[in-house]
Amino acid sequence: MSFQVMMMQLGQGMLKSMGIFFLTLLFSLPLGLLVALCRMSKSGILRTIMRVYISIMRGTPLMLQLLAVYFGPYYLFGAKLGKNWRFSAIIIAFAVNYAAYFAEIYRSGIGSMPAGQYEAARLLGYSKSGTFLRIIFPQVIKRILPAITNEVITLIKDTSLSFSLAYAEMFTIAKQIAAKETSFMPFLAAALFYYVFNALVAFAMERIEKAMNYYSA
Amino acid sequence: MALLEMKNIRKSFGDLEVIRDISLRVDEGEVLSIIGPSGSGKSTMLRCAAMLETIDSGEIWYMGERAAWADGHGGLHYPKKAELKKVRSYFGLVFQNFNLFPHFSVIKNITDAPIHNQKRDRDEVYAEAKELLAKMGLSDKADAYPCQLSGGQCQRVAIARALALNPKILYFDEPTSALDPELTGEVLKVIKSLADLHIAMVIVTHEMNFAREISDHVMFMDKGIVEVEGSAESVFNTDNARMRAFLGKLRH
Repeated sequence: MSFQVMMMQLGQGMLKSMGIFFLTLLFSLPLGLLVALCRMSKSGILRTIMRVYISIMRGTPLMLQLLAVYFGPYYLFGAKLGKNWRFSAIIIAFAVNYAAYFAEIYRSGIGSMPAGQYEAARLLGYSKSGTFLRIIFPQVIKRILPAITNEVITLIKDTSLSFSLAYAEMFTIAKQIAAKETSFMPFLAAALFYYVFNALVAFAMERIEKAMNYYSA
Repeated sequence: MALLEMKNIRKSFGDLEVIRDISLRVDEGEVLSIIGPSGSGKSTMLRCAAMLETIDSGEIWYMGERAAWADGHGGLHYPKKAELKKVRSYFGLVFQNFNLFPHFSVIKNITDAPIHNQKRDRDEVYAEAKELLAKMGLSDKADAYPCQLSGGQCQRVAIARALALNPKILYFDEPTSALDPELTGEVLKVIKSLADLHIAMVIVTHEMNFAREISDHVMFMDKGIVEVEGSAESVFNTDNARMRAFLGKLRH
């Protein structure tokens, strides 16, 4: 196999990895906020449920969670899911796992807001949702951005875990080529792909952080 | 008609009784100062009036209507949504540590609430905010962020922010306690100018000369009770031993 063909195949795998990456963020960032709010809610039951959920997500390997989501419906209910289930299972597992981590980051950020901000908002007639959306959340984002960046970068590398479901993302392809060609080259190339993508994401996050530096709190 | 009336207020934090049966009344255009040592319950009284703390017993009246009360059988009645919104619109509060919104520019700090919460016309609100800033001597700071201002400037923005909602009565919770003497002066000057406009105010403060100068009524609190109250002159010339001791300590 020529170098060019290998790079082409890896590139296609990269696109699939990026698909997992962006869809996971799309679902897990809002879901994480929802989980964080439930985790901090007045209802004790809701809080406990969220605590257990977060503890399971953080306490078991993501690879195991991928397998559980993919095979679970069949073993539990005998459900025969279609061809597209593989990809859906990957996105669900990633989103649900990352939402747990994001939830804890949101929670730390929301918890760090001084009570005076809430009091001032209340005095100025902001509703509960208005206080959160206009006053609290924008400040929380700035505070948690570095921690979010950390998770986002981890996610890029974690997409490679999809190989456990034999989904043709970049790492799976690299493994296949490496086995067929008995060469280590595909892994090096894959590493380069991951690294460059990571550098781009890190750069983008840095730009966002800088853009939010128009004030200091 | 009294703008604010608080009747027989009691408030405890756990076992600590912070306010023991205090009543007060503020009429239109009146300035009430509450003075006293730290921990005497002054700020708590103000925070109860502003409904940031709930009372344990007593009644709070706004504009001749009973707004909140404890019925003496453990029942606490605070206004709900629409009613609460109306009651809150009667007063504004200026905090000791400003509590400006750091992610909003000065002008947005002032205009955001009138536009979003009172649904007022944007242009009109901005025009009014600019006038307020001019009054505060901050015309050139409209687009600055709170982190770029001095403490005195922040506090003046906070005053403008409270005024922008056109409250009937303005509360000050130790507005100069976080400021050095120079900055204190500029904030007190602004508060004085409001008093001259006959805006009703309740001021919790440690600035004795200031309280004496601008107040129609002064309350001296200690350990949750009112030791002396009356006109500024009568309170500052009182024979009350506790008040004399407090003023004596200040002088030395």
